[in-house]
Amino acid sequence: MKLIIAAIKPFKLEEVREALTTLGVRGMMVTEIKGFGSQSGHTEIYRGAEYAVNFVPKVKLELVVADGMADQVVETIQTTAKTDKIGDGKIFVLDVNQAVRVRTGETNDDAL
Amino acid sequence: MKIKLLLSTLALAAMPAVALAQEATPSFDEIGPYIMTTLLFCMAGFLVFFMAAGFAMLEGGLVRSKNVTMQMTKNIALYSVAAIMYWLIGFNLMYPGDFNGYVGSFFVPTVLDPVGVSAADAALDYASIGSDFFFQLVFVAATASIVSGALAERIKLWPFLAFVVILTGVMYPISGSWQWGGGWLSEAGFSDFAGSTVVHSVGGWAALAGAIILGPRLGKYSKEGKVTPMPGSNLALATLGTFILWLGWFGFNGGSQLAMGTVGDVSDVSRIFANTNMAAAAGAITALIMTQLLYKKPDLTMVLNGALAGLVSITAEPLAPTLFGALWIGSVGGVIVVLAVPLLDKLKIDDVVGAIPVHLFAGIWGTIAVVFYNTDAALGTQLLGIAAYGVFTFVGALIVWVILKAVVGIRVSEEDELIGLDKAELGMEAYPEFANS
Repeated sequence: MKLIIAAIKPFKLEEVREALTTLGVRGMMVTEIKGFGSQSGHTEIYRGAEYAVNFVPKVKLELVVADGMADQVVETIQTTAKTDKIGDGKIFVLDVNQAVRVRTGETNDDAL
Repeated sequence: MKIKLLLSTLALAAMPAVALAQEATPSFDEIGPYIMTTLLFCMAGFLVFFMAAGFAMLEGGLVRSKNVTMQMTKNIALYSVAAIMYWLIGFNLMYPGDFNGYVGSFFVPTVLDPVGVSAADAALDYASIGSDFFFQLVFVAATASIVSGALAERIKLWPFLAFVVILTGVMYPISGSWQWGGGWLSEAGFSDFAGSTVVHSVGGWAALAGAIILGPRLGKYSKEGKVTPMPGSNLALATLGTFILWLGWFGFNGGSQLAMGTVGDVSDVSRIFANTNMAAAAGAITALIMTQLLYKKPDLTMVLNGALAGLVSITAEPLAPTLFGALWIGSVGGVIVVLAVPLLDKLKIDDVVGAIPVHLFAGIWGTIAVVFYNTDAALGTQLLGIAAYGVFTFVGALIVWVILKAVVGIRVSEEDELIGLDKAELGMEAYPEFANS
């Protein structure tokens, strides 16, 4: 099993969810986050005083999928979330040791 | 049948009383103005009362979410303190009747008209005591609200309320008596229709003294003099608050006509409504355009301040100007705010909601602007009044703040300030994220 973490532009969330559901992904966790990468921040003015906005809002997806599906999921997120402009986000893939479905106690691939 | 009988018996029994009453009742010409003016004070008083909600929403929106509960607590407490102090001391200190022109008598609590007062015992040339007292008391509450906004996010609750006791019970009524109580400034010919100076500048001066003694919020100004903005938690609430204040201002200025018993008076009240509205609109649009030009993006918080500055600017003379006059007077108020907010930051005076530019600086401007349309006003006398209120309130407030600071301390600890006053002082968050459900 692989844990796929992706930070993407918030307005791309719905499109990515739809593409992943079509692919057969059956669940994911979504968090509103702030962060910085190559896009870095920008400056704004509030009541006449300039300040740096160092963190920009993103949406973080976390989903665990079977090993055989991971590459396809990563590719789908990458192509769907892409706008060709700076700040499109990052995708990370990690190994997962165990998964348990709370309701039934099923484990690993059966729990996904 | 029984009911009919009962009714007719009642009617018969009442007839002699009605006849008697008709004999004793003065004509409408005699009591009409009293009734209408009393009504004006009640309605205008409700509107000005609602400004307390406006201040609360404006301040709640412009402080950070960790201080919202405290700001609401201060707002409802300060209004209530003002209401009690004005009964106990303030009202009769401010309107003492015949007095030396400087200080009236202390500790003469307000007494209302008796229940069902007769026309013979009522002040037919003015209004009922209840309506007059209520109308005047909502003004003093507005003064105290100005202070709470400027000192938000770092002042302790109880020392703040102690200051409000002094401000609303003693300081505001004494200086108010100089003008509205028929004291020395009114004798000198000073003109301040609804209180650009008497109410707004007084609140502004008290806030300025407090902001200086209290110091800025932690992290607001760096050692190199850089300003760190602390954006407000809810600009929708701040906008709602501004609109409520705008609405309340119709009572503030319109009610200050102090009479509605003649065609001239009632027409003047409506004239004041129109001018007040125009000044607010002009202040808002001016701030909108200025922030666009200066900062490339309009700043909503400045537009809100601009509308309020327009309102404060027209408050000293909302009757005499033409609509165009109200427009340019209010517009200058908007300019003042946009320039004064960064100026205060340069001086490291931290005013969370912009109360000092709006109420003090625009209040001074409005008091000067009286001379453009009111031919009875003279610039020298207006400046004398501005200076008198400035010295008395600023120095008086400075002394009270210094004493409070020395005796009980006025500022929360660094740790409490960082945690936020809601958790530290109240243990109650305005927006609890993980509430038990």
